Amino acid sequence: MPFAGVPWEVLIILLPLAGAMACFLWPRRALPLALLTALAVSVGVAGLGWQVVTQGVKRHAVGGWGAPLGIDLYADGLSLLMLAVTAVVALAVGVYARGYFKARAARAFWPLSLFLWAALNALFLSADIFNLYVTLELLGLAAVALVALAGGAAALNGAMRYLLVGLLGSLAYLLGVALLYHGFGSLDLAILGERVEASPVVWAAMGLMSAGLLLKTALFPLHFWLPAAHASAPAPVSALLSALVVKASFYILLRLWLTAFPPTDAVVAQLLGLLGAGAVLWGGMQALRQTRLKLLVAYSTVAQLGYLFLAFPLASVMGWGGAIYLLLSHAVAKTAMFMAAGNIRRFGGHDRIADLDRVAQRLPLTIAAFGLAGVSIMGLPPSGGFIAKWLLLEAAVRTNQWWWVVVLVAGGLLTAAWVFRVIGYAFTQARVPHAPRAVPVGMEWAALAMAVTAIVLGLVAPWPLALLAVGAPFAGGAGG
Amino acid sequence: MSGEAALPLLVLASSLLPGLVIFFLPEQRVALRTTLNLAGAVLKLALVGVMIWGVFHGVHYEARLPLLPGLDLVLRADPLAMLFVVLSSFLWLVTTVYAIGYLEGSPHRSRFFGFFSLCVTATVGVALAGNLITFLLFYELLTLATYPLIVHRGTDEARRAGRTYLIYTIAGGALLLIGTVWLYTLSGTLAFTSRGFLSGLDASLHGALAVIFVLLIAGLGVKAALIPLHGWLPQAMVAPAPVSALLHAVAVVKAGAFGIVRVLHDVYGIQFAAGLGLTLPLAMLAAATVVYGSLRALFQDDLKRRLAFSTVSQVAYIVLGIAIAGPLAVVGGLVHLVHQGLMKITLFFCAGNLAETLGIHKISEMDGVGRRMPWTMTAFSIGALGMIGVPPTVGFISKWYLGLGALETGQGWVIAVLAGSSLLNAAYFLPILYAAWFKAPAGDWPAERDFGRRETAWALLAPSLLTAFLTLAFGLLALAPFSPLQWASFIADLEYAR
Repeated sequence: MPFAGVPWEVLIILLPLAGAMACFLWPRRALPLALLTALAVSVGVAGLGWQVVTQGVKRHAVGGWGAPLGIDLYADGLSLLMLAVTAVVALAVGVYARGYFKARAARAFWPLSLFLWAALNALFLSADIFNLYVTLELLGLAAVALVALAGGAAALNGAMRYLLVGLLGSLAYLLGVALLYHGFGSLDLAILGERVEASPVVWAAMGLMSAGLLLKTALFPLHFWLPAAHASAPAPVSALLSALVVKASFYILLRLWLTAFPPTDAVVAQLLGLLGAGAVLWGGMQALRQTRLKLLVAYSTVAQLGYLFLAFPLASVMGWGGAIYLLLSHAVAKTAMFMAAGNIRRFGGHDRIADLDRVAQRLPLTIAAFGLAGVSIMGLPPSGGFIAKWLLLEAAVRTNQWWWVVVLVAGGLLTAAWVFRVIGYAFTQARVPHAPRAVPVGMEWAALAMAVTAIVLGLVAPWPLALLAVGAPFAGGAGG
Repeated sequence: MSGEAALPLLVLASSLLPGLVIFFLPEQRVALRTTLNLAGAVLKLALVGVMIWGVFHGVHYEARLPLLPGLDLVLRADPLAMLFVVLSSFLWLVTTVYAIGYLEGSPHRSRFFGFFSLCVTATVGVALAGNLITFLLFYELLTLATYPLIVHRGTDEARRAGRTYLIYTIAGGALLLIGTVWLYTLSGTLAFTSRGFLSGLDASLHGALAVIFVLLIAGLGVKAALIPLHGWLPQAMVAPAPVSALLHAVAVVKAGAFGIVRVLHDVYGIQFAAGLGLTLPLAMLAAATVVYGSLRALFQDDLKRRLAFSTVSQVAYIVLGIAIAGPLAVVGGLVHLVHQGLMKITLFFCAGNLAETLGIHKISEMDGVGRRMPWTMTAFSIGALGMIGVPPTVGFISKWYLGLGALETGQGWVIAVLAGSSLLNAAYFLPILYAAWFKAPAGDWPAERDFGRRETAWALLAPSLLTAFLTLAFGLLALAPFSPLQWASFIADLEYAR
């Protein structure tokens, strides 16, 4: 193998950074530069994937220092899946944004989104809790700037709230990091996993870090900031935020939970599950009540994030396959959905659901994308969402936790209700007709491609699930 | 890939691929769309013909795709699957011809025929499913593919009907999902097995199995329109006539009834289910549905609504036959799957002809229509007489076997239900026939279209006459080889191993 030794894990962080710089320096050439970078990073992720699949877990000591002094990059099956879904979403958003942005906004969008990508890749490859903090902070800054991109009072307001919430969350997390470092003299996840023992300091650190991350993941009832921020951003940015950014803080929480934190009793898991259930039901009901499409889609993200936390009380039996699969399929499906919402808004000049005015006839690809993404999000077969829901349901039934079965099914029904409410209006004539504007073909196809990906995920589940086992991130104890 | 694995996939692909292409065809490419539609339908029928010959000679057609760790997507052609596959692929061809005529010149035909093809793909998937999760997958796909057809006209009424349809079917699907997951955690397998795979489970689980049975039957009963889950069906008649044919004869209600057969035969096993005391309540529910549907049909003036309630009643015969749990009754139930399809599609085609040609939607407008449209009303009369169960139509064959089966298992009350229902059928069909043939026309028809010397378009008339002819032919030739009756007996022999 000629490429066996290539340090892809370093390249996929440096490449988007370099690309972001280049786009910033030569804004006139930003589009080809950004797409070139996106392709290169995707190749890098594929290369890293090949190495992990064939050679197993990969650990890279940056500068040759190694833990506990230096920075370690670490890639197992879980990191790889996160990197892969990031690349898929980023590529599609790139194609979409090409048609979406006018000249001025595009200048800022390309460098910022590449910067966001670099932060995400670094986050998914980080092996110590301080590095995770740094990447989380970089991610937050890039995200806030992207939200503000739409301009106007609503977007600035949303961005400001988003910034404050993000800072609060990171601060809480950082305090926890300081406590752990003070107590155990290491920041490395694996080393912490070996040393940490239950003590008041550890509980305090856990509480702080979890609270910060839950706030950033917008778990009910800490979701208050999400709908405004996600709905006011430009459509490609909404897609990035809902699909990837909120998942990043969930990823950190999951890593901590699995490796660094000492085992907790079932009450904590049940509590997280309960909050998740609250999110599923509240988010679903709020989505149903919305009159604006983008806000509806944003509330659905609140609900879907709840499912991820339902997995905490269930994972002891069935592992994390269901939650991770939900995360992956939600990422692509929600990307498709925000893109479709963006198309509809571009087409009719508004996104009032009751006035969709026969978009099913006039914008069929977009409505197809919305519908297919909806199938996955409501968890009907065949789709990635169905696989995830099946795994979660199976775990709930096996452990006799029937209340989670009820939540899972009720959440699916609520989702079906709002998806079909939108689609129903897409078939009928509005009372107030609007003069339509053309939607670039690339924007329609990008949405459809993501929606089809969500469906295809329902037919290829054994492979991602097998990949998840590489490095046994879910084996418990010293998995890191 | 060997022929045994490829054939079930090809049968699916023969409607899936044309359907996907049709979605992207511009509206005005009528010739290409028609060619694709018909080529797919004919090809599917040919492939099914090959397959039925193979199945009869013991060839084992099976295709597998891993879906989840430990669970595969399985397509398998067994005799029961073939009964449904043949029915739906044949009726699909007929309905396609009819739909091409019916929708001539109307908008959004590419979308319509795209979803139409998806529907049939899902139905054939339901038929060929080799385990419960595959069944569930195609069953839900059928729900999704039917919805755009019901709301096709884009009116507010259509949207409301679509909403009702979804409320029922999605909720039903959720129950089916819970039942399936639960069953899987108990048994560790979902593969359809002759005479069931649950009888070996510990007796302490029998309570759970009974609850799961209720969940599964409730989920399937929605599509099979068992009371009290039938409410969507009469509302859905706002859809165009070919869609009604699809709902009532080819796909949707049949998928529900077929699923109940599968659950009773190949999941629980009829003896085991009877041992758990589950079949008698199901038979009583089906009997109640038979009577209730007929009673409601009596009071409808809207022709399609009356036919819809008649479907509620007639589909329950299938469930009744299976749930009586005797070899002859099973033959009656299974064969009615085919027979009801032929008769009901004839009736809906004719209702569509009346609406398209003369603008007749109500029974009170049908006076003397027999003289204006003799061929259509001949077909309608054959279908109606079949529904009543007059020999030599296929309806008689079904009822005969159901009655014999009831006597065989000593459940005489079923005879009373059958007789009462036949009387009711006569009470709501014969007045229509009388008005159409013997009364004088009241005046001008509501909205007459001129078709020259013919009474209506060929594409509308030919399918109606063909299915009406088969309603008679399969009744007269019930004992010929490869008749629906013979095939149903073949399946019953496998289940009861006489």
